[in-house]
Amino acid sequence: MAAESGRDDFIIAIRSAFLKKGTRQNFSLFTLLIISILVLSLEYFKSGPINKFRSITKDLIFKGSFLVSAPFVYVKDQYYLLQDHLNMYEEFQILRVKNFEVEKIKNEIDFYKSENIRLKKLIDERNIYSEDYLLAKVLLDQQSPFLKSMIINKGYKHGIKLGVAVKDQSYFVGKIINVNLLTSRILLASDLNSKIPVVIEPGGVNAILSGNGNNSFADLEFLPKMNEIKEGSIVYTSGVDGIISPAIPVGKVKIDDGIRYVDFFVNYSQLKFIRVNN
Amino acid sequence: MALSFPKKAYKTFIHSFPILLLFFIAFTGFDLSFFLFNISFSFNFIYILIFFWILKKPERLGYGLVFCAGIINDVVQNFPIGISSINYMLLCTFALFIRARTLLPNLLYDWGFFIIAILIISSLHYTILTIVFDMPIRYGTLMFSSILTFLVYPLFSKIFNQIYLIDLRQENAK
Repeated sequence: MAAESGRDDFIIAIRSAFLKKGTRQNFSLFTLLIISILVLSLEYFKSGPINKFRSITKDLIFKGSFLVSAPFVYVKDQYYLLQDHLNMYEEFQILRVKNFEVEKIKNEIDFYKSENIRLKKLIDERNIYSEDYLLAKVLLDQQSPFLKSMIINKGYKHGIKLGVAVKDQSYFVGKIINVNLLTSRILLASDLNSKIPVVIEPGGVNAILSGNGNNSFADLEFLPKMNEIKEGSIVYTSGVDGIISPAIPVGKVKIDDGIRYVDFFVNYSQLKFIRVNN
Repeated sequence: MALSFPKKAYKTFIHSFPILLLFFIAFTGFDLSFFLFNISFSFNFIYILIFFWILKKPERLGYGLVFCAGIINDVVQNFPIGISSINYMLLCTFALFIRARTLLPNLLYDWGFFIIAILIISSLHYTILTIVFDMPIRYGTLMFSSILTFLVYPLFSKIFNQIYLIDLRQENAK
């Protein structure tokens, strides 16, 4: 008898939890669960009208997200502006010293550049430094431990292609992983799932730059056992994947307790406009 | 007597607080994560929000809106569209089940059920992403985040409870 009433209680609980519609509910949980599964199964359609509809939905949500987060982005910008103002004097002192060194290096670079062009002409080498880029505005800055990505206001309508490199000035930011009609998503090099083939100079050591969810540094994987990588070595994209252009500076090597990290050149928290390689 | 505009706005804000917060988090992808000793500490705030309000007052959120928030969250977080909705709907189911079975609400009892619910949901989330969609996701990070979500639940439960009481007082006054 007691067991029977216990079973009835359980069935009533299940019914009220799953099938019953509440006072102001238009759908039962069961209906919505079925709809969710159907929507999820539509992910298998990667082309055709479903893909177009998905692309437009994503664009709309990104625009909405941009509007909702606009006040918070404004506050964040003001905070960084204030911080910049407070640090201005110290930065000026450091930059004044650096400026003398930069002038010297600039003259040297001009010499090497002209020499490089002359030598390349001699061996008929293709120029790997692509200056053809598309300027895009960062709409949404998605920074969570599971996902480090950004949404930009250019999509396949503007000629954005999947997999291409994204730069801030001349520094590597990440690559395009999702292209919609009017927006695209960039996977930052700091993301947990980001794996970028890189080369470390001097020495020409090849490795894989693996994001760890931290915006300041990333890990180096598949390094040769015997290597002579020193602190301060520069990490560039190697371009061996055939999609990302080679020789884009990524960061500097930092050694901590024998473990090698890459300190990014880019400040991911303050990106407003980026360049997408064409 | 008619209420002044600020009072009316305040009342509406308190009344719609769970929905506003849910959509704010879904749209902005905002989370209270931080780095400590090179370890990322993050928790799923939406799980706490849905579980608490479905337990206390399901009509404040509405399943349809929870479903929409899931779709938005998927787009913003770059997950396959529909997966968060499934998670949220299952969480609602768990919460409603406990609500139907409980006579006297008790934080400890809710807390215990919450860990079971989020562990099941996180496991399902991991299974769908890795097996069906072949998406790389770290199980350890996901579980660590779930445990943190469980640990901070009482704190947010207390805060939400105060908001719930304010809303209840306003309703009773009316």
